[in-house]
This record gives sequence, structure tokens and C-alpha cells, in this order.
Amino acid sequence: MKNRIDEMFEKKQNLLSIYFTAGFPALEDTMPVLRGLEKAGVDFVEIGMPFSDPLADGPVIQLASIDALNNGMCIKKLLEQIKNMRSEITMPVILMGYINPVLHYGIERFAADAEAAGVDGLILPDLPWDEYVAKHKAMFDSHHLHFIPLIAPQSPDERIRHIDSQAEGFIYTVASAGITGNIKTSVDYRTAYFDRIRNLKLRNKAVIGFGIKDSASYKHACEHADGAIIGTAFVNYVKENGTSEEAIKKFVSAIR
Amino acid sequence: MSKYQVNEAGLYGRFGGAYVPEMLYPNVENLRKVYLDIINSEEFQKEFKSLMIDYVGRPTPLFYAKKLSKIFGANIYLKREDLAHTGAHKINNAIGQALIAMKMGKTRIIAETGAGQHGVATATACALLGLKCRVYMGAVDIERQAPNVARMRMLGAEVTPALSGNRTLKDATNEALRDWISNPEDTFYIIGSAVGPHPYPDMVARLQSIISEEAKRQFTEHTGKALPDYVVACIGGGSNAAGSFYHFVDDESVKLIAVEAAGLGLDSGETAASMARGTEGVIHGSRTMLMQTDDGQITEPYSISAGLDYPGVGPWHSYLHDIGRETVLAATDDEALEAARLLTIEEGIIPALESAHALAALPKLKDQFKPTDNVIVTISGRGDKDMATYIKRLNP
Repeated sequence: MKNRIDEMFEKKQNLLSIYFTAGFPALEDTMPVLRGLEKAGVDFVEIGMPFSDPLADGPVIQLASIDALNNGMCIKKLLEQIKNMRSEITMPVILMGYINPVLHYGIERFAADAEAAGVDGLILPDLPWDEYVAKHKAMFDSHHLHFIPLIAPQSPDERIRHIDSQAEGFIYTVASAGITGNIKTSVDYRTAYFDRIRNLKLRNKAVIGFGIKDSASYKHACEHADGAIIGTAFVNYVKENGTSEEAIKKFVSAIR
Repeated sequence: MSKYQVNEAGLYGRFGGAYVPEMLYPNVENLRKVYLDIINSEEFQKEFKSLMIDYVGRPTPLFYAKKLSKIFGANIYLKREDLAHTGAHKINNAIGQALIAMKMGKTRIIAETGAGQHGVATATACALLGLKCRVYMGAVDIERQAPNVARMRMLGAEVTPALSGNRTLKDATNEALRDWISNPEDTFYIIGSAVGPHPYPDMVARLQSIISEEAKRQFTEHTGKALPDYVVACIGGGSNAAGSFYHFVDDESVKLIAVEAAGLGLDSGETAASMARGTEGVIHGSRTMLMQTDDGQITEPYSISAGLDYPGVGPWHSYLHDIGRETVLAATDDEALEAARLLTIEEGIIPALESAHALAALPKLKDQFKPTDNVIVTISGRGDKDMATYIKRLNP
């Protein structure tokens, strides 16, 4: 079977993806949020696996992670919650988290259980790319999981080309130097960087994340890449407005 | 090249590495490429050594502790890092890394601190060398270490509270890493312990290795012998232990003893003994032993000593312990307090609570000491900062 991420890129453009933290605001919110996002017409999702020390995340996702952990969220629980998701969810699903809990769960066991649940990709920002390729790529490939790499404005061209040459799925383009939800560079700076990436003519599609928070930033990202990911703004939104289908639909329709 | 040192891939056996997000990769990689050339350059060595002598007050003495020797039945020598400027060994590393930052053209320094010793050392180095300095410190630690916060501010540093997690050292380290992600161009991160992504553990060990370089020479001057039988140091992240062991690690006859903080006891659930009670994992960019839950969430350690109160340990120590080159002991809060009392009353030296853990190994080793054994114990810092705890617990 073809990976749902690859299928999606063949059919769709200007992709909108939403990140949310598993088990937040309440432990059993994972499936309702997933359902709500699919019904609202989001193209794909990242489900955040909470970690005690999320060093690429800003305060909003840090606090959501702590709440989720206090609610009792853990990898085992998450994989149980999404075990039967493929009976109703058709969009690609990516799990995003940090390497330590995954190592502790057992990286191969994690890949096998994620595949069984119908997960399509993984983002583990602190698993270095070259270690992934050398030690884990063959195993992830055998479980039909795309390992999505991040690149940042400070990544040199040759580094980006190196990653692109080995990557599958798409490249997660971090919008500017910073952590999630904390972007302080100008639109011009970001435009120049997005155009630099575009001019590299990468094999893989590029999706922009970090600092995408509303319709304007989503549209700006889509002018320069294949889609955009919204995280912090959505996590804030469900904290304020809850996770009903109606509330989620309202958030998504305000974006596009 | 020593078989015990880091390899080209940044690994100590299966420990170490550089588990950092791609946003930090260029920074860490740039540092990795240049740190050895800078440290080994004649220019750096000249500047570093002259500041160590004229500013820090090195070499620190190696003192024969006559009364302790009698009590414990071996010749005990104290390596007096407590006499270094700012009161602890931390200044060696802070000045060394600040010089490296300047060679790399960086103008802004960030650092993390727990009790404030590394923060004070970094603020001092930045005042001396004219660098902008921001120190991240857990909000909880800012409250309980007010004198060190005032020292840092007086030295011109900006002290920024870490408000995430439990608001202690681990969270301050996360905040410093986040700052570095957000400010990749002008900023250099001075890590205070032998932890973090490669090349930090090796870089910190090299800068602290001046401790054992001096101690080895001084020991021979004292005794006419080439090598001691034991070198003992306390260990949290492991910078003073790394510096104390560095020039002895290839001398297989020298027993290297690292003393962790057992807190209320190894099995009390309130401990900071990452090697005795931790499991393998990844923290702050390196694979090492750490305190974590069954789900791989990093937990808050406990020790009476703020400087040892860290959930991980440097990857070099995890490796040396794993292969049996380093022996790891643990001392409880009470054992450390008793050791501090004993050193104060017998030798007239009030040690830092961290260093008191190293001294607390002596009663545990007493039965295996021979009268002819020579033992070097590193007194990593002085106890001025711990007087509030000593007043409360020892009722002097």
C-alpha cells in the first residue's frame, strides 16, 4: 500500500496541517480532536506525544505537554487510543515527539505499533538525521513510516541537499530561528529564506511550520511552499474553546 | 589518543552523541569543527594559562590533610579548588569557553545555573572579557539562592527565570537551549557541566583538566612518587570529577572514585544518584544515565546540594562507570553534612556541600585503605554559599 502522505501530495496542493498534543486538554480528547480535524477538512495532522523536556517547543506546547502528562498520557496510552482510528480517519497521521520516551518504549516496538495503528510518519526533532539514516531508516521503512526531517534558516544549502537526498514524505521547513509559537523575524526575512529553499529545487515537497498561526501566515506560507502546519495557535484555541466538532470547524474555516 | 576518550563520532562507547534538533545542528557542528584547534592553539593556551595564574589564582594548592589522614588511615591530600576565584572550579571552564566564544566571533553569552556557581563564574568571565551575558536560572532556585543572583546582577549579567517544568536546573538548561535555537548567530552557550551534546562534554573536561594536570605534578612534588592510589571527586553533571580524573584515567593503577548525591537514600525516591539508580536515555543532547519514569519522562532529582541536583550525568562518566574504570559511590545528605563538619573542625576548611559528598566517601573507603595509600580528594568549592543550610542542619 502506498503511504498516505505520498498519495496526498499527488492529489492536493496548499496543504493545511494541524498539530495537537495528545491527551490535551483532557486525556480522552485525542480521538475527538482527530475526528473534528478530519471533518473540518484538514489535510493531515501531527499528534504530539508529550515529553517532560520539550526543548524545541515554546511555553504554550510545554504547558500543554505537562497537562497531558499529568492527565496520564504516555506513548502506550496514545497508541491504544488511536489503535482503531483507521475505521474512520482517512487523512495522513504523523506522530511527533522527542527521542527519549520512544527509546524507552523501544524504537522498533514503537514503529511496529505505530504501523499497526495506521500511522504514516514520524517527527522526532532530536533524533539526528545521520543517526536516523545509519541506524533506523531501514527499520522504519520496513514499517512503512516516513521519518520527516526538519530544516531551519540556519541550515546550509549542502546540509539541506544532503537531507533531501535521503528523505521521504516531505521536508518540515522551520519558518525562522526559534521555538514553536515564538517567531520574531520579518516577513521579508522569511520570504527570502522560503525562496532560497524553493531555488534548491528539492526532490521532496516542503511544508512550513513554526509561527504559522492564522489565515495570513498560512497563505503566505502556501505562496512559497506546498503547505503549512499550525500548532501553537490550535493548542491555545482548544484550551480556550474546547474540542467539540463545531469549535474545531470554526478554527479551521477561519484559516481557509 | 586515550582509549577512554571520546571518539570521532562524539561517542564514549554507546554514550554521548549530539541529540539536538536540526535548528541547533549548525551551531553545535560549527563548535565541533573548531574547538580542538582553538583549545590546542598556542594563542589560546597562552591567554587561558595566564588568566588561570594571574586572575583565578592557580595553581590551587594540594594540601596534605594530616588529621584526616590519621582518622582514615591513609595519606589524604586535598586539591583546593575552593581557593579559586569565585569560590569553585567552575571559573576554569567559564573563562575557557568565553575565550573560545570570542575566537568564534560571538558577542553574546548565555548560561544555565542551578545554585548559581556556574552563573557567577560565567558572569565574572563576561565582565572581565567584555561580553554580554544572560543566565537562565529556575524560578525556584532564584528564590532560594538570592545572594548568587545578586552577585550575577552586580557583575552585569541579566538573570532570567526559567518558568517551565519544576523551575530548577533542568528547566534552566532547556531555556538556555531554546535561547540558543532562537539566537543562532551572535550567541555562544557556555554549559557549566560535562553534559550536553558533543563536543561539550569533551570541551568541558579539557578545560577542567587543569585540576588533574596540577594535582599530578603537585603530588609528585609532595611525595616523590609518580601516582596516587585514589582520586576522589563528587559528581552531579560531572565537571569537577572530569577535571580531577582527566590526567589519571590512563594510569590504570589509580582508582577513580566518583561520589553521587544519594539525597535521602538511594532507595528513598528522593535521590540524585543517576548512575546508581538511573537508566539509559537522552537528556540535553546526549545519551547517558538519567533519572526517568517508566514512560521515559525525565524526573526531578533531589539532593541537599543544589550543584548535584541534576537528573543526568555527563556521558564520559556513564561510560567510565559502565566499563569499570570509574567506581561510583553515593553519599546521603546526612553523610555529606557530617563530612563537612569533620573537615571544618579538623582542618579548618568549610567545604561546599557538593565537595562534602566527595569527603563522605572517606569513611566508606576506610576499610580498604592501606596506611601507605595516597588519596587525592578534590574540594570543588567553598562553603560560604551553603552557610544557611549548615546553620539550619549543623547548629554551629
